Amino acid sequence: MDLIKPELGLLFWMVVSFLLVFFLLKKFAWTPILEMLKERETSIENALQAAEKAKLEMARLQANNEQLIQEAKAERDAILKSARDAKEMMISEAKAKATEEADRLIKIARENINNEKMAAITDLKNQVANLSVEIAEKLIKVELSNKESQKDLINKYLEEAKLN
Amino acid sequence: MRNSTYNNIKISKLSLFLAAFATIFLNVALMANEPQPHGNEEAKTENHNDAAPAHGEEHAEGATGHDEVDGHGEGDKKFNPGEMILEHIGDAHDWHLFGDVAIPLPVILYSADKGLKVFSSAKFEHGTKIVDGYKLLHNGKVASVDGSDFYDFSITKNVTILFASLFLMCLIFIGVARSFAKNRGKAPKGIQAIFEPFIVFIRDDVSKASIGPKYEKYTPYLLMIFFFIWINNMMGLVPFPPPFGGNLTGNIAVTVTLAVLTFIITHVSANKNYWAHIFNPPGVPGFVLPILIPIEIMGVFIKPVVLTLRLFANITAGHIIGLAFISLIFIFGEMNAGAGYGVAVFSVAFKVFMLVLELLVAFLQAYVFTLLSAIYIGTAVEEHHHEEAHH
Repeated sequence: MDLIKPELGLLFWMVVSFLLVFFLLKKFAWTPILEMLKERETSIENALQAAEKAKLEMARLQANNEQLIQEAKAERDAILKSARDAKEMMISEAKAKATEEADRLIKIARENINNEKMAAITDLKNQVANLSVEIAEKLIKVELSNKESQKDLINKYLEEAKLN
Repeated sequence: MRNSTYNNIKISKLSLFLAAFATIFLNVALMANEPQPHGNEEAKTENHNDAAPAHGEEHAEGATGHDEVDGHGEGDKKFNPGEMILEHIGDAHDWHLFGDVAIPLPVILYSADKGLKVFSSAKFEHGTKIVDGYKLLHNGKVASVDGSDFYDFSITKNVTILFASLFLMCLIFIGVARSFAKNRGKAPKGIQAIFEPFIVFIRDDVSKASIGPKYEKYTPYLLMIFFFIWINNMMGLVPFPPPFGGNLTGNIAVTVTLAVLTFIITHVSANKNYWAHIFNPPGVPGFVLPILIPIEIMGVFIKPVVLTLRLFANITAGHIIGLAFISLIFIFGEMNAGAGYGVAVFSVAFKVFMLVLELLVAFLQAYVFTLLSAIYIGTAVEEHHHEEAHH
């Protein structure tokens, strides 16, 4: 049958032209196409990897930032806290000092008052004594006529004087 | 935006169907013209070959002779589907367009005694004339009048298709390469964007997957056979303007060349492992070897034969089925014009179906041929498959 018997002419032209075009296309099409495809794929691959790296870097930086912010916050809190502590301490110190001073002043005042009081009392005593003496002088002048009543009177006065 | 894409898809689908219908109607139109001139040729060549004296008589009859032969051919000649189909899928020395119109193609003949002869096939005048001691037989072959041996290197219909398709491939793929160079490192555009997915598909899913780490050396060949077969399959499906509508990949000379190229590449690049697998299959008991080695050797030669026949048979069968559906119209039309029109509806519907199927087959066969070539090459360059064979 003609169909399954290869014809010499077609076979000849097929081999010649197919091989010719194959080598032609290999040089001018297949090899450059495959090379450029590969080149593009590697560049895309590299770009993707770079993007991935950049993403990781970004994440790292972000984490860093976060950490920095956290640290800054902690530091701020610490500073605030210490400031507050200092303030409280100062206030309490000032209070203590003030109290102490007040106490001291009060104490001095009290001492002064006491001294003044003692002085006043002494003065009063002296005056009372003088008065008494004057009174006594007057009384004596009056009572010395009666011996018995004189004695009583003196005793009475003496007893009273002891109270002070 | 979305809507316009959808519309584009709709339009392209519509145009696909239009193209399919146009194809079929062209086919029908072409074949409607077929039987009559064919009958003429036949009648003439028969006269010419079988009855030499009759030839003289015919000429003697002069001017009326021609008309008579025409009338005779048209009246009696029955539509012969087998002959028509074989003519369509076979080769020819001229390119028959329609009716009496055919493009003559160069005839190149060489014989030891007559030397090289180059002339137009029109000189045969449909087989009625003898040129330089050669005649055109009615099966379309050239024969020498004295029966001497000669070689026929004619640029036949198939050779024309071959040249045209290879030229088309050069245009397409050098264009693609230039497009690649222009868009170096950028996204594909235009013709490059059409072919790049297929090139990547062949490289990654056929070449790399079947051959392994050494795939780069063989990828250009695989791309070449894949696109050659696919483009020619597709060109065979388009019926009309030459160089379309032929049956190049359904020609055994073409498929055998491709298969033999694969065979040669396989065995030139075959390594020690490959030969060891044939002549000393690993892990096989000694007494089986006398049976196994001949089978392995047969397998080596069966592979290219199978490659050859698969492509040839698939593409030829597709053409035969398509033509047979169309022939039905004329077979029934000869019985009764009404029956012809009735059958035409079903024939055309089946032909549309077949054509869509053939579009798939065109790709599939190109893919299968390429994939099997890659697998054969892969087995030849594979390293250390069976560890125990080497220890």
